Amino acid sequence: MYNSPFPPWTPQLVQDEIDALKHEPGALLPILHAIQDRFGHIPREAVPLIAESLQLTRAEVHGVISFYHHFRTSPPGRHVVQICRAEACQARGARALESHARETLGIDYHQTTADREITLEPVYCLGNCACGPSLRVDDRILARVTPERFDRLVDELTTQVLKVS
Amino acid sequence: MTTRLFVPRETTALALGADEVAERIEAEAEARGVEVELVRNGSRGLFWLEPLVEVETPAGRIAYGPVAPEDVAGLLDAGLLEGSATSPLCQGPTEEIPYLQAQQRLTFSRIGVTDPLSLEDYCAHDGFRGLRRALGLDSQAIIDEVKASGLRGRGGAAFPTGIKWQTVLDAPAAQKYIVCNADEGDSGTFADRLVMECDPYLLIEGMAIAGLAVGATQGYVYLRSEYPLAQEIFNEAIARAEAAGYLGGDILGSGQAFHLEVRLGAGAYICGEETSLLESLEGKRGMVRFKPPLPAIEGLFGQPTVVNNVLSLAAVPFILGDGGQAYADYGMGRSRGTLALQLAGNVQRGGLVELAFGTTLRQLMEEFGGGTFTGRPLRAVQVGGPLGAYLPESQWDLPLDYEAFAEVGAVLGHGGVVMFDDTVDMAEQARFAMEFCTVESCGKCTPCRIGSVRGVEVIDRIRAGERREANLALLADLCETMVDGSLCAMGGMTPFPVQSVMKHFPDDLQRDAQPR
Repeated sequence: MYNSPFPPWTPQLVQDEIDALKHEPGALLPILHAIQDRFGHIPREAVPLIAESLQLTRAEVHGVISFYHHFRTSPPGRHVVQICRAEACQARGARALESHARETLGIDYHQTTADREITLEPVYCLGNCACGPSLRVDDRILARVTPERFDRLVDELTTQVLKVS
Repeated sequence: MTTRLFVPRETTALALGADEVAERIEAEAEARGVEVELVRNGSRGLFWLEPLVEVETPAGRIAYGPVAPEDVAGLLDAGLLEGSATSPLCQGPTEEIPYLQAQQRLTFSRIGVTDPLSLEDYCAHDGFRGLRRALGLDSQAIIDEVKASGLRGRGGAAFPTGIKWQTVLDAPAAQKYIVCNADEGDSGTFADRLVMECDPYLLIEGMAIAGLAVGATQGYVYLRSEYPLAQEIFNEAIARAEAAGYLGGDILGSGQAFHLEVRLGAGAYICGEETSLLESLEGKRGMVRFKPPLPAIEGLFGQPTVVNNVLSLAAVPFILGDGGQAYADYGMGRSRGTLALQLAGNVQRGGLVELAFGTTLRQLMEEFGGGTFTGRPLRAVQVGGPLGAYLPESQWDLPLDYEAFAEVGAVLGHGGVVMFDDTVDMAEQARFAMEFCTVESCGKCTPCRIGSVRGVEVIDRIRAGERREANLALLADLCETMVDGSLCAMGGMTPFPVQSVMKHFPDDLQRDAQPR
């Protein structure tokens, strides 16, 4: 059974996050971060609540959410794996790693495995440029990731779930 | 007797297993009944040696690296705690490692030396000397010192910092802002991250001085969301600096105020462009603004705003502490002081190299970098991030200087040096430059938004051998249109890497693409 690492959202919980930050200057980005950090994504239903609270139109709020790569409107898998696609990692074999990852997980970027374990995303530079290819798993960054190391990582991530359930 | 050991807590060191090494040292020490004090320092920036473990001895700090967790027991057997040189991992006294010794570290003099969050450590290593001096000067005198240093923005545009500050000082307004651009999105760069993770008070000090210089009481650091550890460490540093009176309503009892807050970006490269960054800070889409008005006149929330890169602001404490002339004494021509170079990509000894302007690229890549990681011949070097040109061997003797690079259509940018060996397909790299722009364009102007999409298509046709010559001519035309017609550097410089491939690596565009 899929265990989401995030609690389910409710309109009230979303409103609480908005209320805590809405008085800050330029509050929209911090609010979006707070909502996504807490619930793993920004539920579509949050858009009118944010718009109302910040006196913006829904289109403006939606426009901001869709502009930034970081924000997502549907729940991710248990783990988000980001592969660095930038030049420094390319110079150290990131392209081969990318193909390997997509093939073994059976998904493309911005998709989640059928068992809801892993969401795969591209990222353009993790700042680990001397020791690529680099990868970010949730908040952990890994260096010199070979296809073999990637397979071990996926094993590790999925085994942990078995322990939990 | 307790022995002090240093194990870095910094993204690259952690990515290479520094936490596991630290745990193993503690466990082994306990099992052996020896007392150790583990300091989680920053990184010296010698990444091929990470995790780099140092031990404090009467003869100074001795370095060991790269240390894997399974090396720890053997290192202790071989006399790690006494600084013994019998292990092959022993690099000798840290300060005497040639890579480090050959540098001119002004901005990065403390990184890897101190515990990044220890205010005591920071002060013991000259910290807040610049701020204390600035508190005794009036605004104009601070700015004069920065002007005398010749400091130019380290973010890429290389605009003189003192002149920018003067404009903000001279703009009358009730509220002014200092905005630090910490959206270091260029591939091959990590110097900002090192400042924020390994010496965060340095940036705090630089921003506070900037605040005093222009009369701004509020600062924002716009940090990219790709740097979670930098966010954690820097936020903690702000909290501690506030509690100790280095930030807040009354800096060191001077009656002057400066407040600082970190705002997180959300994965948009374009927000490294200063006007996009300001839009983003205001809670909008990060769309580029027309200039004028300059942000120095009408910036954040319409107020006069200094927007500086991390490295520009991090250079300021030295300038105030030692004087602008001391800084200007380093460098060549109109490029004064030091440059933080970041050796990355396919490099043997990658890391941070701070040097006065004027060293050649080749010296940097050979003497510091030690050639490629794969041991194969070096073929191309991209300097200055994804919008920077790819340089062929004929250009590796260029001195690292803003003007010398500009002369050949290249850019130093943020100082990132990304090395590629001879297996690289330069047509693929040209395609990627355009593809990156399709992903990251803010969409405001047509040459960038549409031009990049067409660019990918044209390069695909060239690589497929479809009317190759006609499509190459079209690509050249498209590049020119983007350079001349784009509103900001994103579209205006995306052609640089493409044009450099067309000029210096034309053969790769004549070959059919390998199946992807």
